[in-house]
Amino acid sequence: MKTKIRSLPTWLTAGLFFLIVGVTFQIVFSRGWLSEYWQVIIMLGTIMGISTLGLNLKYGYGGMFALAQAAFYGIGAYSSALITKDWVVGWSGNPAGGLAGVLALDVGFILAVVAIYYLKIGRLRRRLRDGLSRWLTTFEASVLATSTALVVGVLIIVVIGGGSGWLVRQGVLTIVPPALGALPSAVSQQVIFALALLAGALLAGLIGFLIALPLLSLTYDYLCIATLGFGIIAYVFFNNADKLIPTLKGARGMVGIPQLVTWPWVFICAVIALVVMRNFIYSSTGRTVLAVRDDPIAAETMGIDAYKARTLAYTLGCAYAGLAGGLYAHLYAFLHPSVFTWLKSVDPFVMMVFGGVGSMTGSLLGAYAFVILLEGLRVLPAAFVDWRYVIYPVILLVVMLFRPQGLLGSSEWGFLKPPRIAGRKQVQGTSAGMAPAESQASESQRR
Amino acid sequence: MSQSIQNPSTSSNSIVLKIDGLTKFFGGLRAVHNFNIEIKKGELVGLIGPNGAGKTTIFNMITGIYPVSAGHIIFKGQEITGIPAHEITQLGIGRTFQKIRIFPNLTVLDNVRVAYHPHARYNLFDGILRSQRFSHGEREMTEKAQEFLGVFGMDQHQDTLASNLPYGAQRRLEIARALATEPDLLLLDEPAAGMNPREIIELMELIHFIRDRFDLTIFLIEHQMRVVMGICEWLTVLDFGEILARGTPEEIRNNPKVIEAYLGTQATRMVA
Repeated sequence: MKTKIRSLPTWLTAGLFFLIVGVTFQIVFSRGWLSEYWQVIIMLGTIMGISTLGLNLKYGYGGMFALAQAAFYGIGAYSSALITKDWVVGWSGNPAGGLAGVLALDVGFILAVVAIYYLKIGRLRRRLRDGLSRWLTTFEASVLATSTALVVGVLIIVVIGGGSGWLVRQGVLTIVPPALGALPSAVSQQVIFALALLAGALLAGLIGFLIALPLLSLTYDYLCIATLGFGIIAYVFFNNADKLIPTLKGARGMVGIPQLVTWPWVFICAVIALVVMRNFIYSSTGRTVLAVRDDPIAAETMGIDAYKARTLAYTLGCAYAGLAGGLYAHLYAFLHPSVFTWLKSVDPFVMMVFGGVGSMTGSLLGAYAFVILLEGLRVLPAAFVDWRYVIYPVILLVVMLFRPQGLLGSSEWGFLKPPRIAGRKQVQGTSAGMAPAESQASESQRR
Repeated sequence: MSQSIQNPSTSSNSIVLKIDGLTKFFGGLRAVHNFNIEIKKGELVGLIGPNGAGKTTIFNMITGIYPVSAGHIIFKGQEITGIPAHEITQLGIGRTFQKIRIFPNLTVLDNVRVAYHPHARYNLFDGILRSQRFSHGEREMTEKAQEFLGVFGMDQHQDTLASNLPYGAQRRLEIARALATEPDLLLLDEPAAGMNPREIIELMELIHFIRDRFDLTIFLIEHQMRVVMGICEWLTVLDFGEILARGTPEEIRNNPKVIEAYLGTQATRMVA
């Protein structure tokens, strides 16, 4: 152990660091020291960084080989675009129509899940089955119990989920337009944008949760194939989305999205994403996720619900993709399904592997490296521009050959490092022997 | 037949674990057949048998890792058959594995802290928002885990990655981690596997020590006769998924059926 000079508290140094970086870039951007083009590239890198953080939560920290990041990215993009487009341009008749719709989905969904969780449908099924098996055969009893549980579940979803969703929708439609209409339009747009980002991320997370429920009992490569399937489904849905909501425009590409993303938005979202993820990983719940990654069976015998830990990590990872998607939609103001094909799910994967699996710093670094490299190589003479897709895989190959754990491995920088834990105050005896010192044992009472 | 054999231990303590007619099929293979046992509080019971006798399968059924094909497992008067593994652990059954299953990429301290998660005093949102409850809960957990590592003489290695520990220390960590779940019944699956004679003696001391210190009931699988002979109060011998014999180590040692199962008929004749 090395001795260190007493340093400032972590939150203070981290806060100062972020403040300086954020303000510096803001000055550079607003003074026009960087061309518009490069501003967008840096913002895109940050956005991809958020998405990669989400993927790292699933794969690097959660050990789930999931390949549908682009689908959740798309869900976040389209749903948040619906909200802001309605507010600025209008498509549903009420400026808050998009917000009402997405929020109703979110809230109804959450309440239905919470209701099903707390009403213990599974236990109801088990009880019913055990009760019925006195009179019926095991098979009949379990079929009857399962179908009853299903009916009850659907009823709960319709009544609680649908009911609360409807209430939220009506509430938003009546309250939001007059309330926000009172504000100047520039301010109300920002408020709507914040709500849109939140609602989009939430929706992506919730759909991720729904996907996770059946899929996460699968292991490694099977999970990969299954999530790949979801990625393809999502792509087909985006292509044909105009049949559900005409303004999504499907394969023609959605236009008319207000270009609301500025550097502060991207930067603050990235900082929040980073802080939330760091605090999550270095908490007891985060440790269960890591433990399940290392050994699910051992984790179960530690009293950890492996399925729950995985579902949590997966859901959070999807929400990150949704947040990134929402930012992306308002950066380019144009959405086309081709950005959300399953092939695009490989991009964050490459960034993660390049930067470091299981490293938050690495995720960000990988995302910037990927985006800046790909765009930076455009400086090549026109005849060689297409060689970018040769040069960058070669770089990737070299990295994989010489540093298979990624540039950073699983190490972190600055405040992303795991918090240092002071050793025990009184160091007793030696630890060399296997048999513990008896005196030490009697001193410390366990319970 | 096997039920008629009385447990040698006749203390009047309450029964911690009662297994009745436990059977496991893997497809057409009958791995365990009609296994019965009653373990009273504070006992140190061994389960021995040749390779492939079904010992680990029994442990996996007790801890809920494998579903049970037939039979009942009753822990502290409660039926635990069919309950998910993590709930069984929370009820008070801890275990270690034959092949060490620590969390290799977590530090030694985190390996133990993970086991405290079901008792954590703060939730996910406290963790993300770093609330007061988080810092109190986290400190409490850390101190408890460090104290625990201290008992096992591993507190200097708290920041080491578990995969970097030497073999014997990994075993110790696994036992420490299992004890951190605050079990009443500890299942040890071949704790002496891969250990040299000196380490085995230390392990036997450790097992005695933790039983007294943590007021445990211990059920242990062992392959090596000398380990079980040294520490177990009574033994059950398993062969081809069925109970072959039961008794004190002395009785088992002289049981011709056991000798036959372990050494083959040829050896029995030679001994005879």
